[in-house]
Amino acid sequence: MSAKAYPGQEAIKEKGWLAAYKWLILRRASQLIILLLFLLGPWFGVWIVKGNLTSSLILDVVPLSDPFILLQSLIAGHVAASTAIIGAAIVMGVYLLLGGRVYCSFVCPMNFVTDVSRWIAKRFDLPKGWKPARETRLWILAAVMIAAFVTGVMAWEMLNPVTVLHRGLVYGLSYTWTVALAIFIFDMVVSRRGWCGHLCPMGAFYGLIGSVSLLRVSAKRRTACNDCMDCFAVCPEPHVITPALRGANTGTGPVILSGDCTNCGRCIDVCSKDVFEFDVRFNNAAPANEGRADTDAVSTDRHAA
Amino acid sequence: MGEPVSPQASAQKTAVSRRRFLANIARAAGGAGALSLVVGLFARQAQSLPAQALRPPGAGNEDQFLAACVRCGLCVRDCPFPTLGLADIGEDVPVGTPYFVARRHPCEMCDDIPCVKACPTGALDPNLTNIDEADMGLAVLVDEETCLNFQGLRCDVCHRVCPLINEAITLQSSHNTRTDKHAIFIPTVHSDKCTGCGKCERACVLDKAAIRVFPRHLAKGRIGEHYRLGWEEKQKHGGESLAPGLVDLPDRLPSQLPDALKGWKP
Repeated sequence: MSAKAYPGQEAIKEKGWLAAYKWLILRRASQLIILLLFLLGPWFGVWIVKGNLTSSLILDVVPLSDPFILLQSLIAGHVAASTAIIGAAIVMGVYLLLGGRVYCSFVCPMNFVTDVSRWIAKRFDLPKGWKPARETRLWILAAVMIAAFVTGVMAWEMLNPVTVLHRGLVYGLSYTWTVALAIFIFDMVVSRRGWCGHLCPMGAFYGLIGSVSLLRVSAKRRTACNDCMDCFAVCPEPHVITPALRGANTGTGPVILSGDCTNCGRCIDVCSKDVFEFDVRFNNAAPANEGRADTDAVSTDRHAA
Repeated sequence: MGEPVSPQASAQKTAVSRRRFLANIARAAGGAGALSLVVGLFARQAQSLPAQALRPPGAGNEDQFLAACVRCGLCVRDCPFPTLGLADIGEDVPVGTPYFVARRHPCEMCDDIPCVKACPTGALDPNLTNIDEADMGLAVLVDEETCLNFQGLRCDVCHRVCPLINEAITLQSSHNTRTDKHAIFIPTVHSDKCTGCGKCERACVLDKAAIRVFPRHLAKGRIGEHYRLGWEEKQKHGGESLAPGLVDLPDRLPSQLPDALKGWKP
């Protein structure tokens, strides 16, 4: 049990501290740098990026727009001007290459809030609480689009905590902390990882992109797996690991294909056996003669433990 | 792994799982429907804009604007004045949308309209290239009782700061019945020219402005569709009366006075 509260101990011993936190550090750096880039303008007058995550302009030349927001706008009845469409195409292109929910793990400011909430909840061994069905966020995504269609305005953007948080941080709006706090408390008390893992329609949207995106995590050396379960313990979407890691006997390939995977790379960090690495989705042939005779025995062990 | 299952048991299992599947779908769809209703209702309520909140130039009607504006704030960034800001949580304005309050800081009517150029989605209409054609609202002289000009004084400040002086605001003179020898110069807003920039409201010297800019739908009356103004119709008809053969009916005077009134002269 303690191993699950502090996963990755073995990896730290085997690979060293830095290697065992590599992707987590890179991820936090990415979140911080992206936020700082947006803040350089308003704080120091250095306008590398202008705007916020819904739409921005880099060096006064390259437009970026959030395709999730623009889709709502379209469904609400507005055909956006070409600048925003080009911006959304660039953003779509990037996530089609890097993985849809890379937005969630490397960009979104709410991720830090929910990660801290989860970290504390785990340390204090709080109950996990409500666990909504896996497809709940897809239904919420549908509801968001229906609301936009029926009202003719971007209804969800009246309360979208993600865009409200980022906009508030960049534009220094005073009550921004309230949404962060609301999500923080919700995740801690009502449903662990409830927001990012089950409800956020933005995550659902980027997950759909992720289900066809190029860069994926692959359990390439899954034969080396010693079933320490550390990857499951750190993974924000543990169900995505199973088919890839345990697919040897069913002939399933080693690549994590589920769009729910955020490509956060934490499984790569905590694995002392270096089972995981980033790869492209097409390198998914299950190697021959890979089946592990002891798979069943191990899983029985797991239940016993 | 599994024992071979009889086709009967398998069919039963399928039926159960299908029932569960359909139940789950129904529940999820119901949930999504309810949620979209809640979000929709909330949006309906949240989108009512207070009268003193004005949209940047080119914003068009509020519903269109809220379908188009992604709330990125690029218009705010490119506004060279402290005019535009984004709505915070808890304000009456839909969260994150750009607006200005004329009394705080009016639109300075930049010739190049940088806020419109900055808008990536077209929520601020890119076809607006002449700021004098902007329609952010309409100035209304709301309080004749405190307006200094109405008291017969020559304040004239709203008139003089108007970027479209003598077009959007004119001074109409009339007789001052209090002194009986002076004129009153009434600031009069012309809705076809007023852009709603709010400079008049900002400049009004009173503690609380007597002239204020409101969104046009709040500021403007509308005459009935069927209503015809005789003098306008006459002009349209080349000066001809619309009812040329109009008979001048006799004034209604009592033709036969009762006896009691005999000899009475009106």
